[in-house]
Amino acid sequence: MTDRDDHISRQRFMEELRRYRKGSVSRRHFLGVTGLGLATVALGQGLGPRRAWAQEGIGDRVAIATWPNYHDPADFDAFTQATGAYVDVSVFGSNEEMLAKLQAGGSGWDVFVPTNYTITTYVSEDIIEPLDLAKIPNYDPASFDPRFAEAGTVDGKVYAVSKNWGTTGYAVNTTHAGDRQMTTWKDFWDRTKEDFSGRTMVHDYQLTTIGNALKYFGYSFNSVDPKELADAEKLLLEVKPHLFAISSDYQPSMRPGDAWMSMCWTGDASQLHRDIPEIAYVLGREGGEIWSDFYAVPKDAPHREAGYALINFLLDPQVNAREALFHGYPVADKRVNALLPPEVLNDPILYPAAELLAPLEFGAAVTLTDPNRAELMARFKSA
Amino acid sequence: MARRRIGATLLLAPAGLWLLAMLVLPLVVVLVFSFGERGPAGGYAPAFTLANFLNLGSRGAAFRNTLVLAPLGTLACLLIAYPLAYVLAMRVGERWRTVLLVLVIVPFWTSILIRTYAWIFLLGGQGIPKLLGWLGLGQPMLINTPFSVLVGIVYGYLPLMVFPIYVSLERLDKRLLEAADDLGAPPWRSFWQITLPLSLPGVATGCLLVFILLMGEFLIPAMLGGGKVFFVGNALVDLFLQSRNWAFGSAVAMALVVVMLVTVTVYMRLMRRWGGGRDDVALM
Repeated sequence: MTDRDDHISRQRFMEELRRYRKGSVSRRHFLGVTGLGLATVALGQGLGPRRAWAQEGIGDRVAIATWPNYHDPADFDAFTQATGAYVDVSVFGSNEEMLAKLQAGGSGWDVFVPTNYTITTYVSEDIIEPLDLAKIPNYDPASFDPRFAEAGTVDGKVYAVSKNWGTTGYAVNTTHAGDRQMTTWKDFWDRTKEDFSGRTMVHDYQLTTIGNALKYFGYSFNSVDPKELADAEKLLLEVKPHLFAISSDYQPSMRPGDAWMSMCWTGDASQLHRDIPEIAYVLGREGGEIWSDFYAVPKDAPHREAGYALINFLLDPQVNAREALFHGYPVADKRVNALLPPEVLNDPILYPAAELLAPLEFGAAVTLTDPNRAELMARFKSA
Repeated sequence: MARRRIGATLLLAPAGLWLLAMLVLPLVVVLVFSFGERGPAGGYAPAFTLANFLNLGSRGAAFRNTLVLAPLGTLACLLIAYPLAYVLAMRVGERWRTVLLVLVIVPFWTSILIRTYAWIFLLGGQGIPKLLGWLGLGQPMLINTPFSVLVGIVYGYLPLMVFPIYVSLERLDKRLLEAADDLGAPPWRSFWQITLPLSLPGVATGCLLVFILLMGEFLIPAMLGGGKVFFVGNALVDLFLQSRNWAFGSAVAMALVVVMLVTVTVYMRLMRRWGGGRDDVALM
């Protein structure tokens, strides 16, 4: 498999992928020239994993809850081809919304994608259970950077395996920024009230929207201090009339130019910058968020076997590398990085400079359940 | 007599049980929850407090938006639907009428979600504003404004307004109009004194239907309001799905139920007084 997939250079693969994404070549051409078509056919004929999965009987469907622009649909198609299980994808813009669905019960999900700071709550709320790692042979703990993978382990048990990591900054369309460089969260909020009025988006997500408002004052991204939260709320309410929208799915507004600036995750920034070079990614100098995402299986997963099969499929370094090329988020798995072309590994959007990374904070568990942060966000939205 | 009563009971049983299980019991749960507290990790924790109701003021903007935009949306639907229903019922031949009626229904064949999504592109910067720009009319920001929400409302709810009005106009005894004509009434007068009063029941039904549904609307403001034009429905979704404060969410839901009961009762009273009176006049 490895050799077959690799029969064109990584450089060439990237070029073909871009041509395909732009629509200048057909899917058939893309699959043919990259060898992916052959690989898919091989999988489809049951030379590889299909037989094993079919014997275990994973069923005909699997449901995953994930984030916007976070998977290559072609990989889900390949999974369906290989296993016969159709992938049902739902997209969420915040961990809080995922938690709410899981708390209410009967989410119907087999796999979901929680962020580092939520895992301990899912464990204490008895929503997820330790993963059966025997069912995820592609998970090799030694290959993962512990900095991004360790949050999946609680009390020595692995509850979640690493998907991607990244940062939360903002994307800005520099054609509208003029001569004044944007480098801080202060710039983000101040200029939203000035020349970006009506053109800025913030996430529909308490962690980042409140966190980055806290950074304006130099407070911790994770603060739950009532006085500091009150300052953040005042800023948010002041800025609200100047916002274009409150949404975690900002690409549809950034691409046609309706929005000029948005809070933004690494991968969305690389996707936007790849297609619209004048869109830049800024990490606030004051700090902000660094995060890692995981795959986890809810206790009430209706298609458990299929869920494990999907996680294992997505952690296959070949598949994971294709995913990374598509969504532009860094991976914590060094087996995957070995497959990625150097221009990806040197991309400053994916791998920001050390002095920008240093002040970033991982989200803290307390922010997920803190009633004041939750109510602040709800008040801000309904104001 | 006894047998009759048993028969009536049996006939009512399915609907009664359904309403009990699906409406009354859930409402009781919501009422109980509304006096509770937010759980430590979100959700509901038993308690008895009025704090949730005292906090309702923090959702004032959502209630105001709903109480302004729902009647406004109903009115806009009415102003567009009435002439359409009038033409369908009075001015087109049998064959065309069927075709046009089908055209009114056709949008229902696709999910409202997809149809509303289309408006995001139509009202976005690359859509209608760009067209207006070419025509030299400036490039107004349409999407994520109360206006775009109103457009979505009219688009989504128009058929619900057209049909009741159409039915009442279609049933109208055309001989009354001929008689008015014979007696020398100009067209505007026969419209004002005959057609309009006789179609009021349809207008009242359509308005009630659209208004009640709009009071609970959340999808259209969420998609075309960019999270900025907030209805009570959106506040509820937020309280249950983001901040996970089921207790406060239940209090807001109860408040919405009360606001709806009051407005609908007042509306029906007014309709009975005005419409009923005119109905009698027209029938004589």
